[in-house]
Amino acid sequence: MPKFKQTADILGLMGKKEDIRNIGIIAHIDHGKTTMTDSLLAEAGLLSPKIAGEARALDYLEEEQKRGITIKTANISLLHEMEDRPYVINLIDTPGHVDFTGKVTRALRAIDGAVVVVDAVEEVMVQTETVTRQALEERVKPVLFINKVDRLIKELRLNPNEIQNKLVRIVRDFNNLIDIYGEPEFKEKWKVDPAKETVAFGSALHKWGFTLSMAQKKGIKFSDIIDAYKKGEYQKLPELLPLHSAILDMAVKNLPNPIEAQRYRIMKVWKGEMDSEIGKAMLNCDDNGPTVMCITLAQMDPHAGLVATGRLFSGLMEEGCRVYLVNASKGYRVQQVSMYMGAFREVVGKIAAGNIAAVLGLDLARAGETIIDVEHKDAMYPFERIKYVSEPVVTIAVEPKHPRELPRLVDAMNRLSIEDPNLVTTVNKETGEYLLSGMGELHLEIAVKFLRDYGGGIDITTSRPIVVYRESVPGEGVVAMAKSPNKHSRFWIQVEPLQEKIIKMIEKGDIAEEMGRKRIGTILYKEAKWPTQEARNVWALDEHRNMIIDLTKGVQYLREAREMILAGFRWACQSGPLCEEPMRGLKIKLLDVKLHEDPVHRGPAQIMPAVRRAILGSFLTADPVILEPIYKIGLSVSAQWVGESSSVITRKRGRIISSQQRGALTNVTGYIPVAETFGLSAEMRSATSGHAFWQCTFDHWEKAPENVAAEVIKQIRERRGLSPDIPSPKKFIDEA
Amino acid sequence: MGEIVFVGLGLHDEMGISLRGLKELETADSVFMELYTSLMPEFSVKNFQKISGKKLHMILRQELEEESGETVLKAAETGKAVLLVPGDPLIATTHVALRIHAEKLGVRTRIVHGASILSAVIGLSGLHNYKFGKSVTIPLASGVSSETPYEVIAQNRRLGLHTLCLLDIDVTENRYLKIREGLKLLLQIEEKRKENIVTMDTLVVGVARAGSNNPQVKASFLRDLLRCDFGGPPHSIIFPGKLHFMEAEALIAFADAPENLREASE
Ligand SMILES: Nc1nc2c(ncn2[C@@H]2O[C@H](COP(=O)(O)OP(=O)(O)OP(=O)(O)O)[C@@H](O)[C@H]2O)c(=O)[nH]1
Ligand SMILES: [Mg+2]
Repeated sequence: MPKFKQTADILGLMGKKEDIRNIGIIAHIDHGKTTMTDSLLAEAGLLSPKIAGEARALDYLEEEQKRGITIKTANISLLHEMEDRPYVINLIDTPGHVDFTGKVTRALRAIDGAVVVVDAVEEVMVQTETVTRQALEERVKPVLFINKVDRLIKELRLNPNEIQNKLVRIVRDFNNLIDIYGEPEFKEKWKVDPAKETVAFGSALHKWGFTLSMAQKKGIKFSDIIDAYKKGEYQKLPELLPLHSAILDMAVKNLPNPIEAQRYRIMKVWKGEMDSEIGKAMLNCDDNGPTVMCITLAQMDPHAGLVATGRLFSGLMEEGCRVYLVNASKGYRVQQVSMYMGAFREVVGKIAAGNIAAVLGLDLARAGETIIDVEHKDAMYPFERIKYVSEPVVTIAVEPKHPRELPRLVDAMNRLSIEDPNLVTTVNKETGEYLLSGMGELHLEIAVKFLRDYGGGIDITTSRPIVVYRESVPGEGVVAMAKSPNKHSRFWIQVEPLQEKIIKMIEKGDIAEEMGRKRIGTILYKEAKWPTQEARNVWALDEHRNMIIDLTKGVQYLREAREMILAGFRWACQSGPLCEEPMRGLKIKLLDVKLHEDPVHRGPAQIMPAVRRAILGSFLTADPVILEPIYKIGLSVSAQWVGESSSVITRKRGRIISSQQRGALTNVTGYIPVAETFGLSAEMRSATSGHAFWQCTFDHWEKAPENVAAEVIKQIRERRGLSPDIPSPKKFIDEA
Repeated sequence: MGEIVFVGLGLHDEMGISLRGLKELETADSVFMELYTSLMPEFSVKNFQKISGKKLHMILRQELEEESGETVLKAAETGKAVLLVPGDPLIATTHVALRIHAEKLGVRTRIVHGASILSAVIGLSGLHNYKFGKSVTIPLASGVSSETPYEVIAQNRRLGLHTLCLLDIDVTENRYLKIREGLKLLLQIEEKRKENIVTMDTLVVGVARAGSNNPQVKASFLRDLLRCDFGGPPHSIIFPGKLHFMEAEALIAFADAPENLREASE
């Protein structure tokens, strides 16, 4: 079996870091990532060359084969020879559908370079932009593969000139993205150029591809390819211009090895001290340094238990070695180390720094977790929490048909929430509500399929999708005082909006709780010009971009009350007073506190409700608003339907922001409230006779128009069994 | 307008209430009782109803605190409401909030005192009431443990004063802190702070079941008390400061303290 021989070969090479490339395949949906990756796999001896491209070996989930799209990310290590020198390629195929972008984000942490695949017919699309932006933000260097060139020839029957114009436009548009999203020190270096072998052209389906230098070397001109199609001899092309050589040569030559990459990527993905022992070891990708791994994927294997996959930035990962999970604060013995081969994991004894590996035996590991050598656990600054570009904005309620299957449903929900960090599962035993929140309808539809499978085929009924909202304030509220239930402690709190700029910084990870008070203070003071007093005293941030700041002076026992105050803060932010949706973007100022002398009379049962009430009270006096989630919609449609499809969007409270002619197709981009997109398919289909294709990605939160907000509040209050009226601030604010 | 009379139930069981308190019940229009602020392990509601001839309305913490005692106030609007509280009604509780609130609403309030755990424990120990500093409660551990008790002991000690430490209870979960657990919590704080305030060699007085027929009092070094079985609740701890010679005498006579304590007193 060649597979095993290969594994041994690859292992031997994994120590030679100059010969390793960690790369990902990223693209808009359906542009051909999986088809291309399969073709690469075939050459690594894992598949017979004949079925590559048809079987889509990496889409091994039944659901993926059925739908023909990729849902998860797949890892694979393979061997590539170039000029008689063997290279190890650790490859990750990612999903293109927007509902799964969270998984792309995770994959990007593990890789140093990306092959961005663009469909020659559709050209650069919304999702191409999203994934490229994400890659650049993680300092992942891109190269470009323009796929489906066969369609330009066979279907669109373009002449060589037209083909060239189209290809040039794609390269230009792509470089435009690098211009917009690249960092100054990289963007010029990273722009792609066919003359520099950073762009390849080809057809993944027909397994041929080339870079300009490759074609020149072989003496092949573009007209030869067109001729091959005309004569029906295109089957010969893979032999002349093998796709895997084109792609992998391009990757090996242009994408960095882990030593090069870690030198400039570590400071982007890790905020610890670069001068520390750990920092230096990572910058140098040092096998002799402490073991440091960042987990990018956690999966439950029914047999092996939790499989944690990630990038080893320093040290060795060895069976039996003792490691520590920083976020979970727990030590472990590594049970097994393996590498990936498509659907299979090959057990290997150890793996060297700079590679992607799977580790067994760390049951609490989650995507984003930091693994560190036990010896260094106290010195380790965790990797920043991986920031997801998207937030879950659509929710459905699930319920087993037969109540006795409830425990199985709950188990399945737990497993799924481990594996898919973009999915939020809520189990509320009191109300009997079991909720799934995700990125969109497709995401949830697939989540339910998984629940069914994981639960051993349980029957699940689902509610209609509902939209998730946020509560916020446009301005400042009054200073609200609330007393503890026993009236012996008092809290003075004022709520105001957090500037958009700060929210953005939190979202980008430039401000994160784990940085500590001092560093956050410096950033807020320097970048946001906050007064020192406020900047220096940020106590906590919550997941919904709310911030609590301590502006009290000399309050006795405050230190002991702090954790309870924070618990009250988190509790308040979890459900606002308008309709119990989470609150968002609040700057909560703790102005003064008076506490009971005795610790039992100022326990959590006294402090938490008081803090919460003061927050809600001030919030209600600030003319609160409902924020609704807004999708960015990218639509591609032929010119004659542009008017019709645009008016569907505007009819649904949407707006068009741009419209670009791309050959026969026009790409329309716009915004549309998520709430208006249920049933969009049917309307769009009838308006354009099924000629429009589109994708929606969550883009931002926006203040809902007043009449919409009122209706939303009414409906949610009803659904939650709350009284119809929004409580008055008096309910939460006490008089002295 | 009616009134609220806070009546102390005294200690341990239904026999702790004063005759004056019982008299007040006779003329009450409604009688409320809270049992969440203190442990009265032998208190029988049934017996008490027989003795007093009144139906008792048990009141929860939530009613008195979150709802600001509305039920009691409502009853007091038109008639005389009695609120029965373990111990002395306004000592070691936060009921003064209700009293202030009632008076603001024009409801008159009165107090009928009962024996308090504070005086009972101090009395049993034989230490002089005049020499106690701030008292403090050691909370049941929940997450971060409070360091206040440790600080209070340290402050009092600096002034040569005794410290009375009450031990937390959780009536809804039927949990209470035992002397041994309280001491261990303090040792944990010592471990962290290392100020030599609570060590194995510190003199400690443990008092159990004050107010009952079989109270237990034991004074010794902390290491000995850790091994001592104090039996049923409630428990409390005293950290003596400087000892007057009469105090040392009393600890030896009533609390089985080591004889050499005499030399340490002044
Ligand atoms: N004509 C033509 N079709 C192709 C080519 N590459 C892929 N396809 C087809 O395009 C469709 C999508 O291909 P996939 O490889 O699943 O695309 P993907 O980018 O992995 O899709 P997601 O993972 O779902 O985002 C399939 O029907 C492929 O057969 C190509 O070079 N030429
Ligand atoms: Mg795919």
